Amino acid sequence: MNDIVQDLVDTVDAVCARHADPERDWNPRLWDELERVGVTLLPVPEERGGAGADLATTAEVLRVLGRHAAAVPAAETALLAGWLLAEAGADVPSGPLTAAVAGPDVALREDAGGAWTLTGTLPRVPWARHAEGVAVLAGGRVAFVPRGGYEVEEGANLAGEPRDTVRLQDAAARVLASAATEKAFRERGALGRAALMAGAMEAATGLAVRYAGERVQFGRPLARFQAVQQHLAEMAGETLLATVAAQAAAADGTGFAVAAAKAAASEAAGTVCRLAHQVHGAIGFTDEHGLRHFTTRLWAWRDECGNEAEWGEAVGARAVDAGTEGLWPLITAGADG
Amino acid sequence: MPALRLDAAALPPELDDLRRDVRAFLAEEIAAGRIVPHADNWLAGWDPAFSRRLGERGWIGMTFPREYGGSAAGSLARFVVTEELLAAGAPVAAHWIADRQSGPSLLKFGTEEQRRAYLPGIARGEIGFAIGMSEPDSGSDLASVRTRAERTGGGWRVNGTKVWTSGAHVAHAMIALVRTGPAGESRHEGLTQLIVDLGAPGVRIRPIRLLTGEHHFNEVVLTDVFVPDDRVLGTVGDGWRQVTSELSFERSGPERILSTFPLLAAVAGRLAGRGADAADRTRIGLLVARLWALRRMSLAVAARLAAGDAPATEAAAVKDLGTRFEGALIETVRLLARVEPDLASSDPLAALLAQSVLHGPGFTLRGGTNEILRGVVAKALLPRGEAR
Ligand SMILES: Cc1cc2nc3c(=O)[nH]c(=O)nc-3n(C[C@H](O)[C@H](O)[C@H](O)COP(=O)(O)OP(=O)(O)OC[C@H]3O[C@@H](n4cnc5c(N)ncnc54)[C@H](O)[C@@H]3O)c2cc1C
Repeated sequence: MNDIVQDLVDTVDAVCARHADPERDWNPRLWDELERVGVTLLPVPEERGGAGADLATTAEVLRVLGRHAAAVPAAETALLAGWLLAEAGADVPSGPLTAAVAGPDVALREDAGGAWTLTGTLPRVPWARHAEGVAVLAGGRVAFVPRGGYEVEEGANLAGEPRDTVRLQDAAARVLASAATEKAFRERGALGRAALMAGAMEAATGLAVRYAGERVQFGRPLARFQAVQQHLAEMAGETLLATVAAQAAAADGTGFAVAAAKAAASEAAGTVCRLAHQVHGAIGFTDEHGLRHFTTRLWAWRDECGNEAEWGEAVGARAVDAGTEGLWPLITAGADG
Repeated sequence: MPALRLDAAALPPELDDLRRDVRAFLAEEIAAGRIVPHADNWLAGWDPAFSRRLGERGWIGMTFPREYGGSAAGSLARFVVTEELLAAGAPVAAHWIADRQSGPSLLKFGTEEQRRAYLPGIARGEIGFAIGMSEPDSGSDLASVRTRAERTGGGWRVNGTKVWTSGAHVAHAMIALVRTGPAGESRHEGLTQLIVDLGAPGVRIRPIRLLTGEHHFNEVVLTDVFVPDDRVLGTVGDGWRQVTSELSFERSGPERILSTFPLLAAVAGRLAGRGADAADRTRIGLLVARLWALRRMSLAVAARLAAGDAPATEAAAVKDLGTRFEGALIETVRLLARVEPDLASSDPLAALLAQSVLHGPGFTLRGGTNEILRGVVAKALLPRGEAR
């Protein structure tokens, strides 16, 4: 990580330390601060209103947000909606945004006057109720429907983060031709979750390490028990693996790397959650304790944007295609793999 | 969790040519039948002629300066060469320990005369080294070694027994950790590394056979063995610090991830031929995904080492995850392959499976057990004193 990225990461870390409040399902104050330091549209080109940063920098910032269980649609805005709009040549508005892919029951229509409308249902759209608008990828086009143009039926993931059903009835949409693919949409979503998960794993491991040093049983801190030490070390290892995987996938930016990183991170998340709770005993199993902010997010995020079975299968298909001779070149291929 | 830190690193693109050259060379060696891929072949594949062929190409001693016969290509170039050799299951044991560990130790702690005596031969693939650390009563608790060296005219008289000494029967020299003075309160004082000529009078080497019957490691009994002063490595009494600095080389490399890779490659080929259903693809895909991530971790450690850092804790964490992966891979491949493991089989998959199963127990023992590695990681995570 170079110094500029490190400074940015430190700035975001400080903002989160001051304003993050994982109890809420939406933190407008934190969002405003993040906009102020200019990270909500990091990878969006400058001429479209963003910061023109690369995916690696974006992933590092998401990792910090994950570490603080930040209740903001950062991945959705920066990696998905901002990308869809900018890629189609539109300026990206400020404020929280969200995005979705239109399923088969969503219809995009153009009337005789050239006005577009969108009709149908979008399930589990992150933070839809708080977003300024939703960008919908609908077969070669991007449709942007601003807030108020759709109805929201509130839903939530395991952590209570908004995952809403969006109902569109002849919703007026701004429509642009798009070269974005559903595959790329899913990969960017997966990359965002992998980075957030790495951060949440850091937090869960950090809490377990701290607790093990404080909690006394049998006259000594838990940290002195070797069985507990082995748990902590395993969590630290899995966390490191998820972190390097997310960074490497963001830097490579290839479909294979992202698939491998999301599969590996989703698998690691299960291990980290299990051990974090084991080390915390009953207190970690309560709603009083902060551990749940991270473990419930990890349990949700490992299944969002494709779990390890989905991405594992994708990696496996590439591996089987590659065969005996091609497997190693597949694994070692860098950014052009 | 600031105690552990790794940042993903990329290899410089100029190493792509090197990788291509190594791949082409290995494909030719295999096609010509000069080498046969095996699982765990960095431990088991002793082939001095192959090591010399690598030496001729400058692919041993890549971290040694040219004046000592090395290619000075650097540790990341070495990373590329070694991971290619491991992935291909090439027989690299004859030079492995010398290239990875003993050579760098000689470079770091050795005298000018010692470097000139050993490094060029190591780089040619002609001189092999053994590691004389473990003893019958000293395994994980290495500081308890009892082999003693006593002052005598112009050098040291050494008595004691080393065990599990890989390749001692074919290596030329062994770097032994011996007691030369009182242990002190830390138990880490009074230890010294000596370069023991394995042909010297008083050295008796007896095979200890693996459960397969293979002769890999040995008992090395030292009876009044004379080691001249000019074969002390580094500083008398500084052995503990020297040995632990070796460990970041020993622990972080791709050999802690790839010992069973040839088996994974073979089953990918089997699935390609037979057709894979979704469950098969998921199973193999999860292995490949984790391997990809572990390799990037190992590379991240290598980049830190190349920058002059010694990320010993991160290296321990990578080795813990990597060596457990090497074993987990076998269990998954068994379920995918559905062949009976058979060392003598003409089906490479059945043979690689057999080699992997039978060598499996060693993965999480050699070079420091996983329990000990996790202890190292935990101690780094916890505030000073809390883990004790
Ligand atoms: C294939 C192979 C090659 C080897 N080659 C060499 C070589 O070339 N040179 C050399 O010097 N040595 C070599 N070794 C030896 C290796 O370094 C030792 O096996 C290792 O350090 C463990 O020591 P041990 O076998 O005596 O087991 P022990 O230390 O007796 O341990 C037995 C079990 O107890 C556990 N244990 C021990 N202490 C603790 C603790 N404090 N906390 C928790 N658990 C603990 C261990 O993790 C292990 O599971 C080799 C070993 C193998 C398997």
